[in-house]
Amino acid sequence: MSTTTPPITPPSSPHSPSSSGGGGGEVNYINATKGIKSWMFTVDHKRIGLMYMVGVMSAYGLGGLFAILLRSELWNPEPSFIGGAEAGTTEAMNNAWDFYNQAFTLHGAVMVFLFIIPAIPAILGNMVLPIMLGAKDVAFPRLNLLSFYFWVLGGLFFVWVLSKGIINSFYPGMIEIWGPGGLETGWTFYTPYSTTTQNSAVVAATFGAFILGFSSILTGLNFIATVHMLRPKGMGWFQLPLFLWALYATAIIQILATPVLAITLLLLIAEKTLGVGIFNPALGGDAVLYQHFFWFYSHPAVYIMILPALGIISEVVSVHSRKSIFGYKFIAISSLAIAFLGFLVWGHHMFTSGQSALTNAVFSLITFFVAVPSAIKTFNWIATMYKGDIRITTPFIYILFTIGLFTIGGLTGLFLGCLSTDIHFHDTYFVVAHFHYVMMGSTLFAFLAGVYHWFPKMFGKMYNVFWSNLGGIIAFIGFQLAFFIQFIAGSQGMPRRYASYPEHFEFYHQVSTVGAYTMGAGMIIVLLTWIVALRTGKKAPANPWGGNTLEWHTTSPPPTANFHAEPTAEEPYDYSGWKYVSPEEGWVQRTPEEREAARQQLGTGH
Amino acid sequence: MTQVTDSHTDDHTGHAGHDDHEHHGPPHLAHHFETPEQQLSSAKLGMWVFLATEILMFGGLFCAYSVWRGNHPEVFAYAHTALNKDFGFINTIFLITSSFTMAWAVRTAQLGRTKATFILMGLTLLGGCGFLVVKTFEYKAKWDHHLFVGDLNEHHPDYVAPAEAAHGEADGDHGAVDEHATIEQTAADHGAADHGTSDASVEVAGETTGETAGEIVGGAERTSIALAPDGPAGVVADWMVAPVIAGETADAGHADDHAADGTDEHGAHGEAAADAGHADAHGGGHGDGHSVSKEIVPLKDRQKIHQFFQIYFLMTGLHTFHVLVGMGVIAWLMFCKVPKGIFGPGYYTPIDLVGLYWHLVDLIWIFLFPLLYLIH
Amino acid sequence: MSHTTTPDATDNHNGHKDHEDHDSHHGPHVVPFSMLFTIFAILIVLTFATVGATYVQLGDFNLALALAIAVVKAALVCLYFMHLRWDSPFNGLVLVASFAFVALFIGFALMDSKAYTPEVDAAAVEMIQSDAEAAGQ
Repeated sequence: MSTTTPPITPPSSPHSPSSSGGGGGEVNYINATKGIKSWMFTVDHKRIGLMYMVGVMSAYGLGGLFAILLRSELWNPEPSFIGGAEAGTTEAMNNAWDFYNQAFTLHGAVMVFLFIIPAIPAILGNMVLPIMLGAKDVAFPRLNLLSFYFWVLGGLFFVWVLSKGIINSFYPGMIEIWGPGGLETGWTFYTPYSTTTQNSAVVAATFGAFILGFSSILTGLNFIATVHMLRPKGMGWFQLPLFLWALYATAIIQILATPVLAITLLLLIAEKTLGVGIFNPALGGDAVLYQHFFWFYSHPAVYIMILPALGIISEVVSVHSRKSIFGYKFIAISSLAIAFLGFLVWGHHMFTSGQSALTNAVFSLITFFVAVPSAIKTFNWIATMYKGDIRITTPFIYILFTIGLFTIGGLTGLFLGCLSTDIHFHDTYFVVAHFHYVMMGSTLFAFLAGVYHWFPKMFGKMYNVFWSNLGGIIAFIGFQLAFFIQFIAGSQGMPRRYASYPEHFEFYHQVSTVGAYTMGAGMIIVLLTWIVALRTGKKAPANPWGGNTLEWHTTSPPPTANFHAEPTAEEPYDYSGWKYVSPEEGWVQRTPEEREAARQQLGTGH
Repeated sequence: MTQVTDSHTDDHTGHAGHDDHEHHGPPHLAHHFETPEQQLSSAKLGMWVFLATEILMFGGLFCAYSVWRGNHPEVFAYAHTALNKDFGFINTIFLITSSFTMAWAVRTAQLGRTKATFILMGLTLLGGCGFLVVKTFEYKAKWDHHLFVGDLNEHHPDYVAPAEAAHGEADGDHGAVDEHATIEQTAADHGAADHGTSDASVEVAGETTGETAGEIVGGAERTSIALAPDGPAGVVADWMVAPVIAGETADAGHADDHAADGTDEHGAHGEAAADAGHADAHGGGHGDGHSVSKEIVPLKDRQKIHQFFQIYFLMTGLHTFHVLVGMGVIAWLMFCKVPKGIFGPGYYTPIDLVGLYWHLVDLIWIFLFPLLYLIH
Repeated sequence: MSHTTTPDATDNHNGHKDHEDHDSHHGPHVVPFSMLFTIFAILIVLTFATVGATYVQLGDFNLALALAIAVVKAALVCLYFMHLRWDSPFNGLVLVASFAFVALFIGFALMDSKAYTPEVDAAAVEMIQSDAEAAGQ
């Protein structure tokens, strides 16, 4: 790891007065037009990405709030946070349990449907995908805007469900006026519970998720068409930046899996409203079939969450190691392989659900195959860093966290993919810890890394490196505290989704709760660094990291049409064309002679 | 197609428009595309990807269908006799014809023959209307015979039979449905004959005590045995024949029903249908005996009969919804866009795309028809 | 901007060569009326064939036959009405892939349900019978 030349990172100067906002008169996509309407009806992919960012981060805050609430509830073995163990009455206990059920359900549903699935594709994908392609916009800009409004509409359904639940719990009389609110089925809406419970607004919530599915489909459709049709001259499939390969593979999943969720939720709504009984055993239905339906979408959906994160890792690792990505084609193809294998393993969620032994065995076997492309990626990232000229920048720190968490999450997945151990671990905190490591640890930290990586490009501002790093480190420590211990609790038999638990699990839960608070504190710091950077951040150079994908070839922030002059496609991971000048100017392009010299010096005739 | 413009001339002007787009693109070219061809290809790719999502969405229902039919083939073979094969056939013809006129409309749009495009899209719309009208009759018949979706289906465990008062009303209905009698009669003939409501099975069915069967299928309200004593083969429990909607014009069964228990209105349909079916089965067409197990619908499947109707209504309902959407878009293009004469060799994307969508709707029906109406 | 028309679009033009109706490489592909009508006629004939096939007793093969006819009809609609024969191969791939994934979904679900349904049904029958007995007494 040689850190000789050139100097590291843009400097951190927390309190230095910034150049005023707006980019010094330069016209860019943010200040090109003004007024609320110019945002609401925009078809500019970057503005849509920003609107998504505001919405999705709000949803994240909401989901996080529920996480904090339910971890607080779990501080004591008996429910005590809300409802009141002091009364000890059955009614109070039922209230507390009901509250807990609603809290974990809405935490899961909001985080999955409103945050993780749209986070990377809809925010960062929208932001950089067309620019990386040298295109002026996505293929269908209006559909892109429509996708955002679908997201908003679906989100409103969740907020509606949520507010009803909260108000009902304070004023139970409201239930008679406007029906039950809240959601207590778990984010999976398993039948027959979801079709028989009278206690929650399943129809409204599923309809919300149904609409969110359209949002996801439209984003995926746009990305597929854009990558196919709008690549510039000279950019073949294997000159595509790896983030785009990841988004492309994600889009395939969004296209092929999401419609099945749509029909599943429609069937569920039909069960609730019309009395159709395809999934309801009381009506001669088949409850296991529901799980097939649900996981045919929702397992691939896990890869909707993680694949773009893996794409960000590939970008950041290469750029900040100043080294061409190792095994480009393997990483690219492994994205597609994960997408494909993701469709063949949904049954591993159903090992104990009454699925037949043969099906169990088949799904278990295929599940292990997923490890292959995942490991290919991980090894290639490590190999990329090896002997690289690594700069410990903020995005890079977050990416290191991501790789670590992804490895732990992936390896513990093997325990769950294995039939015999899964019987023991099924529905315990082991599972909770596993999928938080993968979905939340990996995806969230990669998302944050991506935001820090592209923040200068998105807003034309630099953030405070010290506080950004600190927020990440605190969040990482909090995450490990909160979830690592859950592996142990789970392997000792602590089942998930219970508001009360035997006393000897108290220590585990209290450590976990402390971890959740710590992580929350870290996330608040992270969000504050963004807000402060937006207000007072220093002006960012066009290319602060020396990346060579096309988004670094335009100004920060880019103009509405993305480029002032037509970009030419290059090898995305060839860094010989850039030299570092200063924190203010970042990296600038070398002349061809300088470039040749640099190549000679490096000895890599890239 | 009264007015046939000279397509060749149109073609060539169109091409000219194409070729000199260097800097001042054609009016429909969005700023982020380089050429109209790139834009059209993108739009088509987008549409195909959207169609893939539609296929996957229907795929869920086909999966439910396969799982139910795969595990309970007798239920489907039996319950589908309630569907009117002729209506299904007519609708298939409607959709294929409208698909043809749509494909033709795309052709005329490509050639810039505005008037022909307008007329052909109108014909397509008419085909859609015809489909909807037939579908309405079908749904109406199911409604009348308590074979509707959800717990409005008399085989549904939560089904609540209409009160006594409904009796006269229902009787009145019989008159109203009379004009369909011939069509439905044939359907019943086919259905019952093909699916072996033949003596062998009927006898076996007779072994099952009517009481049990009635309870299982109909819930508390349906405890009556509801026999059909004058059927050629003797005893038929009501759950076996109730879905056959055809026979309410036949009166013998009706009378019997009233004699037997006097309250179960649905039994009447059943028996009447049974009569028709049996008569036919004996008159000719039976004797195939393939795949007809000893019991037409084994005990384990009896509470699953309503599942067929749920799947039928969900599949055709979702499909009909797609027909409606397609018709809406076609009407919009036809009345708001086509008359402006904007479509020609250089720009026909919307017509092409709605055509693709309409063909997909047709395509799904092509599978639905044999799978729902022609079960064997 | 120097967009290329990507392989997909180029393939579009290759398709033109084997087709006589249109003499240009830049205009839309127009399907001749005679071809459309022929396809339409075949579709109608096949619809009659589907119905006719139900009068022939072939056992389980009836379903296969009905599906085979449906697939042929679907293929005709896709290839000619939907222009897939002259369109970018990728669009065809999208279609085929969607069918393949539906098949995958159905395949696994059916395989599994076939295995557990008999058990579930047996239990259900037992329940029904015991309920009936209880009601009888």
